[in-house]
Amino acid sequence: MRTKTVTFRHLWLPYLLLAPQLLITAVFFLWPASQAIYYSVLQEDPFGLTTQFVGLENFRRLLADPLYLESFLTTVVFSVLVAGLSMGIALVLAIMADRVIRTALLYRTLLIWPYAVAPAVAGVLWFFLFNPTVGVAAYALDALGHDWNHYVDGTDAMALIVIAAAWRQVSYNFLFFLAGLQAMPRSLTEAAAIDGAGPLKRFLTIQLPLLSPTVFFLMVVNIVYAFFETFGIVHATTAGGPGNDTVILVYKVWRDAFEGLNLGSSAAQSVILIVIVVALTAIQFRTLERRVEY
Amino acid sequence: MAPIAIDGVRKVYPGPVEAIPNLSLEIADGELCVLVGPSGCGKSTLLRMVAGLEEITGGEIRIGGRRVNDLEPAERDIAMVFQNYALYPHMTVYDNMAYGLRNRGVPKAEIRALVDEAAGILGLSALLARKPRQLSGGQRQRVAMGRAIVRKPQVFLFDEPLSNLDAKLRSQMRVEIKRLQRRLATTSLYVTHDQVEAMTLGDRLLIMNHGIAEQVGTPMDVYHRPATRFVAGFIGSPMMNFLPGRVAGDGRGVHLPGGWLLATAKARGHAGRPVTVGIRPEHLQPAATGTDSDTITLRTELIEVLGADTLVHGRLDGHDDTVIARLPGSLQVAAGDNLPLAAEPGTVHLFDETERAIGHV
Ligand SMILES: Nc1ncnc2c1ncn2[C@@H]1O[C@H](COP(=O)(O)OP(=O)(O)OP(=O)(O)O)[C@@H](O)[C@H]1O
Ligand SMILES: [Mg+2]
Repeated sequence: MRTKTVTFRHLWLPYLLLAPQLLITAVFFLWPASQAIYYSVLQEDPFGLTTQFVGLENFRRLLADPLYLESFLTTVVFSVLVAGLSMGIALVLAIMADRVIRTALLYRTLLIWPYAVAPAVAGVLWFFLFNPTVGVAAYALDALGHDWNHYVDGTDAMALIVIAAAWRQVSYNFLFFLAGLQAMPRSLTEAAAIDGAGPLKRFLTIQLPLLSPTVFFLMVVNIVYAFFETFGIVHATTAGGPGNDTVILVYKVWRDAFEGLNLGSSAAQSVILIVIVVALTAIQFRTLERRVEY
Repeated sequence: MAPIAIDGVRKVYPGPVEAIPNLSLEIADGELCVLVGPSGCGKSTLLRMVAGLEEITGGEIRIGGRRVNDLEPAERDIAMVFQNYALYPHMTVYDNMAYGLRNRGVPKAEIRALVDEAAGILGLSALLARKPRQLSGGQRQRVAMGRAIVRKPQVFLFDEPLSNLDAKLRSQMRVEIKRLQRRLATTSLYVTHDQVEAMTLGDRLLIMNHGIAEQVGTPMDVYHRPATRFVAGFIGSPMMNFLPGRVAGDGRGVHLPGGWLLATAKARGHAGRPVTVGIRPEHLQPAATGTDSDTITLRTELIEVLGADTLVHGRLDGHDDTVIARLPGSLQVAAGDNLPLAAEPGTVHLFDETERAIGHV
């Protein structure tokens, strides 16, 4: 991508054009973020009558809380699995679509649909599919000898939210992988074929290395997604259970605030999440600048 | 020892597009054959079928006597130079050249020796550690050549390898390719749409049009004895002049615009029928007077001075198209002059209504 420099005749025009986006950022990010920071240094008494300033006490407690650390671990496992699964499936599909370029449009259209489905709806969909009593997928797994029950089995529950979350992300990843593959001149793989590399070797030594900027970019995007945008999926399928087995960080923020009514701790958790998302976004922006020249 | 035999080959793309209806060509061992023709005539298609990058719809291709229709590109013992070079952007020059050898399990020390040898031939020894993006266009071109020669294949295939270079570098690389091919004596098939490249490089030329072989022959053949009107027009610059003619009733001459009568018995079989007469600009010569029936008078309109030569553009009575004559630079002409011209004997070409050559007068 080449960047074009545009010169505006009036100085106010660029600001006017930016205004809606800046307004949205202010209302939906800057304001809540400042609120979170504000509450993260306060503590309420159990009846919610008084608040007092406690400094970093909320953070200190969080980092000493085994439940929080466990949730952190759960989130890491969850996001790695989601990124791995959704990118793996998307890559296989993109390679297939790249081969049969004529059907790529059909593929693309079909594959973009999941992305248009709201997370909660996706969650409900998978919830029904894997419902231990009435779900089709659960029934099929039973037939295969796996007694599926995500209400009891923590691994089943994790598998369920991973599948539900990854499914939605496949289409997005697919589009990027397909675009990356199509940007590669066909003659590169042809030259490799003449040079005696079979299809797998061509993929591993030519296509994959050239896709690596895309892989890295998508990895960050998928981890951000798994960290922050999967609340609806967890809420609609496992609700964090069984036990705390699928309590990922965003879910814990919500539960501690609205069920546990521990506003200070929840706000501190939010602040930590904000720091993570800012860091990941910074990495992502840097990778956008790394491109392969053909 | 690897001659190439292309035997009744046909190619139909899904669509269906019949890119090549039926084409046969034999290329001798060590020969450099150039495929030339206008854009879209099927040159790349034919080359890619030889390479194994495109399925062969019908017919047979043999390399060194071995049928290759169903062989993978890697099994055909060929190397190809692409128009965009197709260098692996993430590999160094060394790795680009070594890639094919590694895939074939050549021992490391031997790879080193082979790459060094190829790099030496092409003057790339100092650039082995660079990535393709750190090279100039000409250097990239050389690396692409190096990748082809390092494996010592039976056949080289070139698909317009010089078309991304500027004119000066192109003529320089043209000579280098020719020298290299002579030195290695590897059978080569070279695609271009540039007729100068075709004429200077090829031992023989295949001139294609709409997927059909119009003529196969040496550069001298196609220049002096074009088999069809298409070949006559395609080879040569400026293009051959074509004049409408009619064979005299007694078959002993051809009547041309401006009262010119071309005396020849070659068109006897076409008595009374229309023919096309072709004369190259460089084969028109100033004549003494404009009164003889074997001279034509050109009303000059535009003079292009090239130094050694002068191109004179003008018209004949009774003929609307511009006629061009390439005359010695020493000749004094001005636009508007009436210039008597005659054709050198043996350089006038006659084509019948199907555009095939009848003879050369
Ligand atoms: N993959 C394809 N599918 C359908 N038609 C094709 C395909 N590739 C080439 N063709 C058609 O086959 C014909 C020959 O194409 P080809 O690429 O061989 O031409 P070319 O002589 O190499 O032209 P150029 O000088 O422009 O490279 C063209 O009419 C082209 O449109
Ligand atoms: Mg071509």
